[in-house]
Amino acid sequence: MSAALLSISGLTRRFGGLVAVDSVALEVRPGEIVGLLGPNGSGKTTVLNLISGALKSDTGSIQLRGRPLEKLPAFRIAREGVARTFQLVRVLGSMTCKENVIAGLAFGAKSRWGREADLAAHELLARVGLVTRAHVMTSELTYIDQKRLELARALAMQPELLLLDEWLAGLNPTELRDGIELIRSLRAEGRTILMVEHVMDAIRSLCDRCYVMNAGKKIAEGTPKEVLADPEVIRAYLGDADA
Amino acid sequence: MSARNLAISAALVVAVALLALVPSVTNGYQLSLAINIVSYTVLATAWTLFSGPTRYVSLATVAFFGIGAYTVAVLGEELAWPLVLLIAFVIGFVLSLLVGLSTLRLSGVYFVIFTFGLAELVRQLVTWYEVNITRTLGRYVFVDITTSQIYWQLLALAVIVFISGWLIQRSKLGLALRVIGDDEAVARHVGINTTLAKVVLFAFSASFMTLAGAIMAPRWTYIDPAIAFNPVVSFQVLIMALLGGVHRLYGPIFGVIPLVMLFEILLAKFPNHFSIMVGIAFLLIVYAIPRGIVGLIEGAQLSLNRMKGAKA
Repeated sequence: MSAALLSISGLTRRFGGLVAVDSVALEVRPGEIVGLLGPNGSGKTTVLNLISGALKSDTGSIQLRGRPLEKLPAFRIAREGVARTFQLVRVLGSMTCKENVIAGLAFGAKSRWGREADLAAHELLARVGLVTRAHVMTSELTYIDQKRLELARALAMQPELLLLDEWLAGLNPTELRDGIELIRSLRAEGRTILMVEHVMDAIRSLCDRCYVMNAGKKIAEGTPKEVLADPEVIRAYLGDADA
Repeated sequence: MSARNLAISAALVVAVALLALVPSVTNGYQLSLAINIVSYTVLATAWTLFSGPTRYVSLATVAFFGIGAYTVAVLGEELAWPLVLLIAFVIGFVLSLLVGLSTLRLSGVYFVIFTFGLAELVRQLVTWYEVNITRTLGRYVFVDITTSQIYWQLLALAVIVFISGWLIQRSKLGLALRVIGDDEAVARHVGINTTLAKVVLFAFSASFMTLAGAIMAPRWTYIDPAIAFNPVVSFQVLIMALLGGVHRLYGPIFGVIPLVMLFEILLAKFPNHFSIMVGIAFLLIVYAIPRGIVGLIEGAQLSLNRMKGAKA
């Protein structure tokens, strides 16, 4: 088994009296797609925010290929090779699709600019199915297209680790099928992904392994089939009576 | 360079050359009006360099402008003129770096209020120093600079500001600032050192304002803190930039020219009601033309094109 790309241990973050993330440990190996599941408010997004540097942890360590990330500001973490999408899609509203992708290309560790960035931006837009919309303002995009664009911007950074925060949420069944195909094609490229997701079809068909959180704690880990059958997990989602 | 760009560059060079002839064809009053227009063009464009893309509204314009004027008042007679300007630039740059590092973590209305407070703080500090240390509130500015020379220096500074702005817009720094203006969280997550980008540009913008103040100082033979740090200047610059449009580098000019004229008339006709008139102008502009005159023109062009497209 190869060494972990991302390894987290003892990760804790409090908001006032609430322990949003409580001594969480997890590992993502190169080339894996790992799911992070749990009921609403269980701390999944907070874990992603801690990894990407949007929030600082109180205690615990986060390492990418053995390099500590937990003390770095978000922009340094991005340059170390972590890219993400946001739970509430965040595209840059005053710019065209192409400019959005160039924003992802220009400032990473492998910065690209000028003609090189133009070409790369077109490739990435084609990759997510937006090539005809390169010069359209992002404010004119549909929801799914905004999500595609956000993914293209994240991919533009050539990340070693891609964090997807409910990237498939809110899509209709056709869009969902396309979205799952898109993520599957990323795996074929050998990308490593940690995804927070609620869509069970996506988790079953995409994830190699899953972690399940409840009330800030990790309550289960294993293959999707294993964790979804775990009585503790069922109790977390549905309550005692159904377990 | 395409033929169109070449034509535009040539037209701009000719325009600047024609503008340089202004002092030889105008009387004293017209030249002083021209100086006002060029100095506000420098201030409003420098303001837009930073505040346009980042949407951080700064009211510290006059703090830097006044520091430039005071640099001349203190050093003008001691040193050669180019050296005085250089020192003013350096003081403006260093001070704005300090201010930037301490304030640019603030955002929204907190930043606006801090910058306003900063301008007042500088004015009070200078007043305190003059009253307690030099024991005289005002200073005389005796330097051998003619009105025409002031005009030419301001024109040269305006050209430098526009060229810098154009270069910045095309650079990674320019894109970084637009990303920051749209969404700072995204900016950090694509690897932009947001603090550094904001502080660097704030410092450049402020240094240009400081230089404008230094060049303008010989216009007044006498200055005191109330003249050099008059907060109305910050507000006027802000209104001019907003009226013109801050999403284009040349936008502020479209606000500067009409408003310099308007303020001139208001000062002459309603000297006692000047502030309230400026306030009303401010409200009207923000409510009626939020994207500025350039935004209006571009909007009209867009709908015209659409109408043509619909007919075709």
